[in-house]
Amino acid sequence: MSARNAVPLALLRPNEQGVIADIVGGTEANVRLLELGFTRGREVRVLKNDFGPLIVALNGQRIALGHGMAQKVLVRLSCPS
Amino acid sequence: MELAHTTQTVTIAVAGNPNSGKTTLFNALTGLRHRVGNWPGVTVEKKEGRYRDPTSGREVILVDLPGIYGLGAYAEDERVARDYLVGERPDVLINVVDATNLERNLFLTVQLLELTPRVVLALNMWDEVEARGIKIRTDLLSERLGVLAVLTVATKKQGLDTLMEVALDVASHSVREPLRIDYGPEVEEALTRLVPLLESVSELATKYPLRWLAVKYLEGDEHLVREVEDKLPREALAEARAVRAHLRERLGEDPEVVIADRRYAFIERILCDVVERPQEVDTLTFSDRLDRILTHRIWGIPIFLLLMFLVFEFTFALGNPLSDLLEEAFSWLGDATGEYLTDLGVHDTVVSLVTNGIINGVGAVVVFFPPIFFMFLAIALLEDSGYMARAAYVMDRFMRAIGLHGKSFIPMLLGFGCNVPAILATRTLESRADRLTTIFVTPFMSCTARLAVFVLLAGAFFPDHAGLVVFSLYLLGIVVAVAVAKFLRTFVFTGESAPFILELPPYRFPDVRTLLLHTWDRAKGFLRKAGTIIVAIVILIWALGNLPPGVEEYSEESYIGRIGRAVAPVLAPAGFGTWEAGVALLAGVLAKETVNSAFSAVYGVDPAELGTALADHFTPLAAYAFMVMTLLYIPCAATIAAIRQETQSWKLTLIALVFTTLIGYTLAVLVYQIGRLLGLA
Repeated sequence: MSARNAVPLALLRPNEQGVIADIVGGTEANVRLLELGFTRGREVRVLKNDFGPLIVALNGQRIALGHGMAQKVLVRLSCPS
Repeated sequence: MELAHTTQTVTIAVAGNPNSGKTTLFNALTGLRHRVGNWPGVTVEKKEGRYRDPTSGREVILVDLPGIYGLGAYAEDERVARDYLVGERPDVLINVVDATNLERNLFLTVQLLELTPRVVLALNMWDEVEARGIKIRTDLLSERLGVLAVLTVATKKQGLDTLMEVALDVASHSVREPLRIDYGPEVEEALTRLVPLLESVSELATKYPLRWLAVKYLEGDEHLVREVEDKLPREALAEARAVRAHLRERLGEDPEVVIADRRYAFIERILCDVVERPQEVDTLTFSDRLDRILTHRIWGIPIFLLLMFLVFEFTFALGNPLSDLLEEAFSWLGDATGEYLTDLGVHDTVVSLVTNGIINGVGAVVVFFPPIFFMFLAIALLEDSGYMARAAYVMDRFMRAIGLHGKSFIPMLLGFGCNVPAILATRTLESRADRLTTIFVTPFMSCTARLAVFVLLAGAFFPDHAGLVVFSLYLLGIVVAVAVAKFLRTFVFTGESAPFILELPPYRFPDVRTLLLHTWDRAKGFLRKAGTIIVAIVILIWALGNLPPGVEEYSEESYIGRIGRAVAPVLAPAGFGTWEAGVALLAGVLAKETVNSAFSAVYGVDPAELGTALADHFTPLAAYAFMVMTLLYIPCAATIAAIRQETQSWKLTLIALVFTTLIGYTLAVLVYQIGRLLGLA
């Protein structure tokens, strides 16, 4: 059920946030992401996305994840308030 | 260390997420202190500690499991934890959760509860919960999960007595069934068909809770699927596979995603009723602002290098003056003891054993305790402050360039302290190729024992540039590790690197007491070695140096001289083809610090005069080549044992030994020969 207009987390710029719509990709990456709290419906915000792994805010924690991983997380962009 | 289990003892395992304060709680309970780190896998070793219940006097064995996020078993440490829980069946499981982040922490909790009902929740960091104005209805949480919960603040030792009381209470009562989560009609139907199939195999039925196993099978858990499919008879196997395929079809996506979603939904429903958060906007914290600088795409690496440089400066600026004091103390002790024993009329041989053998030998190692202590302190400071995870982040790109994982960097950095825990720390690496490569290159990281040798030689031969010389050796170790890693990943251990995902814990001001405890804990191993294995080696060297009877002490005719002479011709191209150097290197295989003790024995001098004695036997160039050899050749016995344990293969271990020695020898020869051509001899 991949949602319309969901984009990979890897494409978000710093300070943009979105709601996780889906996680695609291999089993192992999936489980890793789920364990750290990447689940549908959660808000995730990008703090850093320039060089090297991204740094995102999720549930009040800070998680670094590689671009490959961030491609697998599809988010619906929240409009800037 | 396996502890004997009697009927009186209760075994309690402690599980929880990394950064949940699990290890702090374990330490507070047992007083068996060990390292606390900020990333998964510092506690890779199965740690056991004892706790005596003050009221009943019962003996409790506590087992500290690795910090894990779930029971997915993709990473080595998750598998370690899961195998322990399934195989050893502890009486009680204390699940330490970070109460400020129940959403994620309960993801592990419900998986534990699905596996065993004998769980007690430690709602840790409760002071933090109160400070942030989070309201948690713990009674309701207990009720909904069917588990007792205790509020704790592990850092302040609050709530721990109650926790143990409750845990012991759970241990002595029978409990109900494991937790059942409603996974929705499709999954439940699949489970209903699957459980009887598993039940028919007694091997599985006695080992695992069947519903849990069935869920894992549907999730496609690699290890368990393999085990189940090996044991199922043919028809049952076909049916089990059909059930899983059918479920995937009905759901239209991977069952494991749906199962995880439902697990989270189950948690969310509970938390809606249980947790009330004040309107917390996830604003940028102090940590974030610090991260903007420390993980900056341009500044991150220079800052990291600067920090490393400061670590070295700190180590030597504080350590060296103390070393000088210890050196004088040992010289005095040797002289005074010698005189005293001679006055008593003790035989010369015994006097020589005590002064030349034991006091000088042990002294040659112990005088370097101060820089070693400060090196460990610096590493503990990096860990406890939260910087270590950032170092892995900053280095990820570089590590990828050489075919490794950002996380490989942590064991390599730990290698500067001691290669043994460093090799154990590779367990956090999910991919086997990453892991084996990291194990192979970690011994090139210069540990504190080698540091003792470098400080001695650099001080004797390059007094004005000792720091620089030592730093150059560390750098050489890194360069060799990088080159070897690249080679191994390209030709030997090929395969995908695991994806990079790592929690960055908030920066913290380390607690001084904890910091000193960690440091002391690791550094004391060094002193213990000095008191045991090194004394033994020193006595052995002394004996070989005084036999056969009638030879002059440590002469070339003594056994040790003959052994050294046999090795010497091989070492000649590297500029130190003397029998003494041969002996020192052989002794160094047992423990690197013994190189110093061996020198002090074969030259017959105390630690304070060692530098001068060396200057008569080595040219500065040869001394440098010798240090290169010491850095790279065969790792010490303890590291060899660690490599064997972690690779589970004698063949790989042997390859590693031959490989390191060849590299060390080749480079030492190159350094010496090129240096000679340049006219540096």
